[in-house]
Amino acid sequence: MKRIVNSLLKPGKYFLQGNIACAEGALAAGCRFYAGYPITPSSEIMEHMAKRLIELGGYFIQMEDEIGSICAVIGASWSGVKAMTATSGPGFTLMLEGIGYALMTETPCVIVDVQRQGPATGQATRPAQGDVMQSRWGASGDYQIIVLSPWSVEEMYYLTIEAFNLSERFRVPVIILTDEVIAHLKETLVIKEKIFLYEREKNKNLPPFLGDGKIPPMPAFGEGADLLITGSTHNEWGVRKAFDPTAQELLSSHLIKKIKNYEESIIRYEGHFLEDCEILLIAFGSVARSALKAIKMLREEGIKAGLFRPITIWPNGLKKIKGLIKEKKVIVCEMNQGQLIEEVRKYKEEVLGIFKTRGEAIYPEEIYLKVKNECKII
Amino acid sequence: MSVKLYKYLREEVFPTPFCPGCGHGILLQTILRAIDELNIDIKKIVFVSGIGCAAWIPSPHFKADTLHTLHGRALAFATGIRITRPDLEVMVISGDGDLAAIGGNHLIHAARRNLKIITICANNSIYGMTGGQLSPTTPENAKTETSPLGNLERPFDLCALVKSCGASFVCRYTVFHPKQLKNAIKRGFQINGFSFIDVISPCPTHFGRRNKMPTLYDFHQFIFKNIVSYEKAKSLKKEELKDKIIIGEYE
Repeated sequence: MKRIVNSLLKPGKYFLQGNIACAEGALAAGCRFYAGYPITPSSEIMEHMAKRLIELGGYFIQMEDEIGSICAVIGASWSGVKAMTATSGPGFTLMLEGIGYALMTETPCVIVDVQRQGPATGQATRPAQGDVMQSRWGASGDYQIIVLSPWSVEEMYYLTIEAFNLSERFRVPVIILTDEVIAHLKETLVIKEKIFLYEREKNKNLPPFLGDGKIPPMPAFGEGADLLITGSTHNEWGVRKAFDPTAQELLSSHLIKKIKNYEESIIRYEGHFLEDCEILLIAFGSVARSALKAIKMLREEGIKAGLFRPITIWPNGLKKIKGLIKEKKVIVCEMNQGQLIEEVRKYKEEVLGIFKTRGEAIYPEEIYLKVKNECKII
Repeated sequence: MSVKLYKYLREEVFPTPFCPGCGHGILLQTILRAIDELNIDIKKIVFVSGIGCAAWIPSPHFKADTLHTLHGRALAFATGIRITRPDLEVMVISGDGDLAAIGGNHLIHAARRNLKIITICANNSIYGMTGGQLSPTTPENAKTETSPLGNLERPFDLCALVKSCGASFVCRYTVFHPKQLKNAIKRGFQINGFSFIDVISPCPTHFGRRNKMPTLYDFHQFIFKNIVSYEKAKSLKKEELKDKIIIGEYE
């Protein structure tokens, strides 16, 4: 069910931190439940939600750990309230158990992962992009999931709204995979007057699970639907089918199809200077900002570079630029030791990477120099 | 099962999966009797359970909203429901392994928050579903699949633990005390705070046959030889209370 609502904040220009913009986006999307556990560099989201949810008559709780947080979020979602949590890499690892449950029970919820250096505690205050694969494959079993990556404070706001819309529409946990740079960045954003929201369907007479790739309706507790919700394999009414091979097959294929079939309407990306580019840079999140700056520096010297920025990391739009990847020199820039690059390598073996795990942003100059060096080889 | 309780059950899922001699069937019935006597609309109760035999008491048997969750996390899920839906009752039904081992952290924090959640621990001192391993309430020296020489660890007194965390109502009964148990569950609905009801439920299949109690009759004998009321326990020394089962409300 689609509807258009007024933004909570007065329309206009704001100067906000990325984490605060994310929280405000969630509230604008109708999120009224937050459960979380403090972790740097995501805590501002939780602190802001604690204050704002009191003003808005929502619900907030600080749980005993990240496992409890995601579970409380799922409980609230089935109570009929839009719910979210935010964390960073190590906390996200703990949440994967609950994310698996949300996938299995088709529970809408939003999880923000503000990436920092890892593994484990790593560098708590330093940016990274090491959770590209964790966000896609971290939970057990086979599934499809939606992961979004904002590159600006404004996108933190609008992509959080988008995350709730996708989550409600596809009944799937949606992950906002950001990093410390964007989370702690302060810059101007424009809040529009109207926003588009998607609300879950609630018909209690239809089965609440499965649907061979179609999205089933989701009634809430207390509405007389006699909901049977289980993380075990189940049929369309939620009856446990722990020994039925066909039930497992139907469920696995549904969980995958319901995203795959709608990939076209989920995938988002952006291109800059792609029309005439000879060197194709691929980057997401804060790194894409440095890449764009480097491209502008290169173009001043006549080097035709362009940027492809996936906004949805999973599923991503790389196959849309299959042709470009095959023809051009491709460089993937990311704050890890090479994760998204493996996705690009599905289309071409010879792809270069600029990787950095020093707990610092990748600076435009670093990309600029690397591309210049590569040009000499050409 | 009394005929009038059938309306609360999904008859299509019968028979229950419980083994012969298991106490969980009595507990299932006692919960429904309490709800029936209080005349509470079962559609206004959300039953949350974790993983294990006890978690199968509400899911899928109860014709109501049931949330069969992850191992140990039932109380965390219940917390999310409790906060957002003050119009509904929330009852957690799970086992000793689920609530006290993997879910121990959630248990103490739920008791500390003292939100109105009725928690029923079907305590059989064993991991039944996974084949009979040691649980945090397995008595000292008891034999299990993972304590072949006898349990070397001390068990939890879950009631003392939960009470110390600040829960409003804490008590223990056995499935051989159906009336007291039913009244305790009714009390749970009336208490405005966290209630914890530890229910000693026999598991002849996995606990009994390894510990010289292969039948329900043996359990009955054992329990009535070892129970002591909370009132009386207060006057007993620590050594005298060893291996005793304290029943009644913890104050």
